[in-house]
Amino acid sequence: MSSHARAYRRDSIILQFIGNNVQNFTPLTAFFGGALIGVSVTLLLWFNGRLAGVSGIMNGVFNSPRDEMIWRLLFLGGLIIGAFLFNRLHPGFVSLRQGYPWYLLLVGGFLVGFGTRMGGGCTSGHGICGIARFSQRSIVATLLFMSTGIATVFMVRHLLELGQ
Amino acid sequence: MKYLVALTSGVLFGFGLSLSRMVDPEKVLGFLDIAGDWDPSLAFVMMGALTVAILSFRIIFQRSRPVLESGFHVSRRTQIDKPLLIGAAIFGIGWGLSGYCPGPAVAAIGLQTFEAVLMVMGIYSGFFAHKLLLKTASGEGHQRKKST
Repeated sequence: MSSHARAYRRDSIILQFIGNNVQNFTPLTAFFGGALIGVSVTLLLWFNGRLAGVSGIMNGVFNSPRDEMIWRLLFLGGLIIGAFLFNRLHPGFVSLRQGYPWYLLLVGGFLVGFGTRMGGGCTSGHGICGIARFSQRSIVATLLFMSTGIATVFMVRHLLELGQ
Repeated sequence: MKYLVALTSGVLFGFGLSLSRMVDPEKVLGFLDIAGDWDPSLAFVMMGALTVAILSFRIIFQRSRPVLESGFHVSRRTQIDKPLLIGAAIFGIGWGLSGYCPGPAVAAIGLQTFEAVLMVMGIYSGFFAHKLLLKTASGEGHQRKKST
C-alpha cells in the first residue's frame, strides 16, 4: 500500500469514528450541564451544610423529623420542576425513551435503591460530592459502580439483546 | 431560607441534568456501552461538576460552619468496607439495567414519562428491602446475644 493510500485509509477511519459519534457525543452541553450540577451541590453545602446525594435525600424523606423532611421534599420537587421547566423552554432537546421493558426498570430500580443504601451513596453522593472532597470511599465506590454498570450493559445489550 | 436554598439547589440540579441530557437514560447507557457506539458525554458531565465542586468545596470547608446551620453534615467514615463494595456493585447493576440513577429518575418525573414513576417506585422498594434486611440482621444479632 502506498503511503498516500495508507494516509487516506487512516483519515477515513478517523472520519468514520467521529461521524458515528458526533450525533451522540455532546461534550459542551454535557460540561456546562455538569457545571450547573456543581453549582447546585455548592449551594446546598455552603448554606445548609448538606452534601447533595440524591439517594440519601430520597431515603430521608420518610424517616426524618418534620423539618428534615421538608427540605428534602423541596429539593426533590426542585429537581422535578427544573427538568419540567427546561423541557418547556427547550422542547425536544431531551429525547424521551419509549417502550423500554418495564421489568428492567422495576428490577433496576430495586437494585439502585438497595445498592445505594448499602453502599451509602449514588452518582451524585459518591461520584460528585464524595470525589470533590477526595474521599477514598467515594472514589472506590464510583469506579466500582461504573464497572458493574458497564458489565451489565454489555450483558443486556450484546449478549441478551434486550431493550434495543 | 434553608428551604429556599434546598428548592433552588434542586431546580439547578434538574436544569443541569437536562442541559447535559442525563435525564435521558439512553445517554447514560450510551456511556456505559463501551462495546457499542460509545458516548463519552457523561464523563464531561462529571468533569464539569467536579471542576466547580472541587474548587468550591475547598473554600467552603475553610469555614467553621455553613451559612445557615450550626455544622456540616458530612460523613467521617473512611473505611472501605464490605457494604460499600457490595452496595456500589449492586447499584451499578441496577444502573446498567435501567439507565437511571436516583437524580435523573426523580428529575424525569418532570418530563411526564411513566418510566420515571416505575423507576422511583423500584428505588423506594429497594430502600425498604434494605431497611428490612438491616432490621432482621440486628434482630438476629440480638437473639444470638441472648442465647449466649
